[in-house]
Amino acid sequence: MLNIKNLHVKLEEEDKQILKGINLSIGAGEVHAVMGPNGSGKSTLAYVLSGRGGYEVTEGSAELQGQDILAMEPEERAAAGLFQAFQYPVEIPGVGNMTFLRTAVNAQRKARGEEEMSAGEFLKVIRAKAKDLQIDAEMLKRPVNVGFSGGEKKRNEILQMTMLEPKMCILDETDSGLDVDAMRLVSDGVNALRDAGRSFLVITHYQRLLDHIKPDVVHIIADGRVVKTGGPELALEIEHNGYADILAEVS
Amino acid sequence: MSVANPKADTTAARLNALTMPTGGWSEPARRDALTRVQAMGLPHRRDEYWRYTTPDSLNAPEAPSAAVFDDDEAPLFSAHDRLKLVFVDGVFDPAQSDDLSHAGVEIGRLADASDLHWARDLYGVLEARGQVPVARPLAALNTAFATDGVLIRATGTPERPVSLVYLHSDPESDATLHHVIRVEAGASLTVMEHGPAAARLNKVMEVDVADNGAFHHIRAQGRDHERRAVTHMFARLGSESVFKSFTLTVNGVLTRNECVIELTGDDAVAHVAGAAVGDGDFHHDDTVFITHDAMNCESRQVFKKVLRNGATGVFQGKILVKQQAQKTDGYQISQALLLDGDSVFLAKPELEIYADDVACSHGSTTGAIDETALFYLRSRGVPRADAEDLLVLSFLAEAMAEIEDPVIASDLTTRLEGWLARRR
Repeated sequence: MLNIKNLHVKLEEEDKQILKGINLSIGAGEVHAVMGPNGSGKSTLAYVLSGRGGYEVTEGSAELQGQDILAMEPEERAAAGLFQAFQYPVEIPGVGNMTFLRTAVNAQRKARGEEEMSAGEFLKVIRAKAKDLQIDAEMLKRPVNVGFSGGEKKRNEILQMTMLEPKMCILDETDSGLDVDAMRLVSDGVNALRDAGRSFLVITHYQRLLDHIKPDVVHIIADGRVVKTGGPELALEIEHNGYADILAEVS
Repeated sequence: MSVANPKADTTAARLNALTMPTGGWSEPARRDALTRVQAMGLPHRRDEYWRYTTPDSLNAPEAPSAAVFDDDEAPLFSAHDRLKLVFVDGVFDPAQSDDLSHAGVEIGRLADASDLHWARDLYGVLEARGQVPVARPLAALNTAFATDGVLIRATGTPERPVSLVYLHSDPESDATLHHVIRVEAGASLTVMEHGPAAARLNKVMEVDVADNGAFHHIRAQGRDHERRAVTHMFARLGSESVFKSFTLTVNGVLTRNECVIELTGDDAVAHVAGAAVGDGDFHHDDTVFITHDAMNCESRQVFKKVLRNGATGVFQGKILVKQQAQKTDGYQISQALLLDGDSVFLAKPELEIYADDVACSHGSTTGAIDETALFYLRSRGVPRADAEDLLVLSFLAEAMAEIEDPVIASDLTTRLEGWLARRR
């Protein structure tokens, strides 16, 4: 699904190398977790994949189903099946949540040469999906993320993901700012999307999210490189011992 | 030896080219207004409130010509049940207008109305009050030389709003319109205005809202690229009255909208809002002066401008809170979204407060499209141009939210979307 090879990334504005040769290969239907200390490059990896400005790829490649995504505009990556759930979803006053989502769904369909969804059909689908995430009609009408609590914002991200039906989902610290109940709700939303044709890259600081969203593979990133890869037990090990042991072991 | 005085020369040249309508009830007011113009002189770039907007083309004896624009959009407010009064190049056209008789409101024409004592008590009166402390000579010029306009007195709550439609057909037309509106105690009136009006328009609207009265005003200034307009709204508000005015401006080479409001009765509410979008040589100026002269009144100014390709936006907004106007709640925001590096926004927010128990807030910002929000929308698959359009509408939302009628709001939003689509 997603193949990242020797990815080197620096900040555009300053001479600071953030990613120093990331290698990651995520197969179809797999869930990979990425953990690592603050400043290790986890969020940068997510942003570079989804196409945010401000970063410069100096070496390496990233392919989504064989397509070079680094050469694409962010909207093209989305239409190709990439989705990033943001750590800090953006508030957009004056644009209704539903209007925004329908614009996004139809823009992607149009880009893929598919038929656009009618207003009626869209309404039917979104209502059903919103219900599972306990998002009510009022929240759908409100401006995008404006006045949403932290938990509501994250549920809204998962709703977008559910509606857009991406192939490769990147969750950037989706658990941050969530209480236990909200985390369960969000995780249930994610688990409902797990599918042989859909893969996940779950970036998190804490093992507890991985109790809900069970990963197939866990990677530890430190100083811009994947320093260790293992099974779910790796996350447990970090929960108990922190990063110090692993970092000492690989250095 | 005489010293060169460009202001006096400009004023003399303009006055020489004009003929005052004589006879009738308005003549004394017109003569007083002429005296005011002569004393003040027409505006000059060195005048404090004309630093950001060059008045030359508004002062000139001849109106600069403006091509008549073939507007391909659906006519505004066409789905709205309204009493339509049509002006062509600033002249009332009875043939295209509805019958003036309408329950709850008396409507007369300035040009031929017999002596209406209520209008005589207002014509030029609110304008003259609005000349202090800031001179507004083009409004006094209007009072002296206005050739047409309507006198509207609301005595109840008319079923239909009054819709003033300003058509432009002569590329050389120079229109001077003066409307007088009186909303009687407890009455309620909505006035809509739209259209380019003329190559050059000088318009004054005097609005007197008695106690417990309500006045709603919605305006859409025409799309003609070359049109010029200077408009003044002078409003006086009685106790517990409500005044709400919203203006949408799409294009026009020069627009100066002045709004002068006096809150003279306790618990009155005044909201003035505007959304302006333009590109190229578009120059749009909102100059607002709100005087709180009574207790517990609320005023709100919300002005948003979207500028691109070298366009200029100006905002000069003042809240004056007099000593007795305790418990005043004043709010003022002016913001510009610059879609490129060539456009300019000039803002001068002013607060002058003499009462000690008031809440007044004001803010002014100038910025570009928010890159974080743009990326967020694009990451969901919305193409850059569509995402920018959404963010422009998002930026204007606070001003658009001042429109109370959802049908009108959606009509005006369609106009904005049209502008956005055309600039692609």
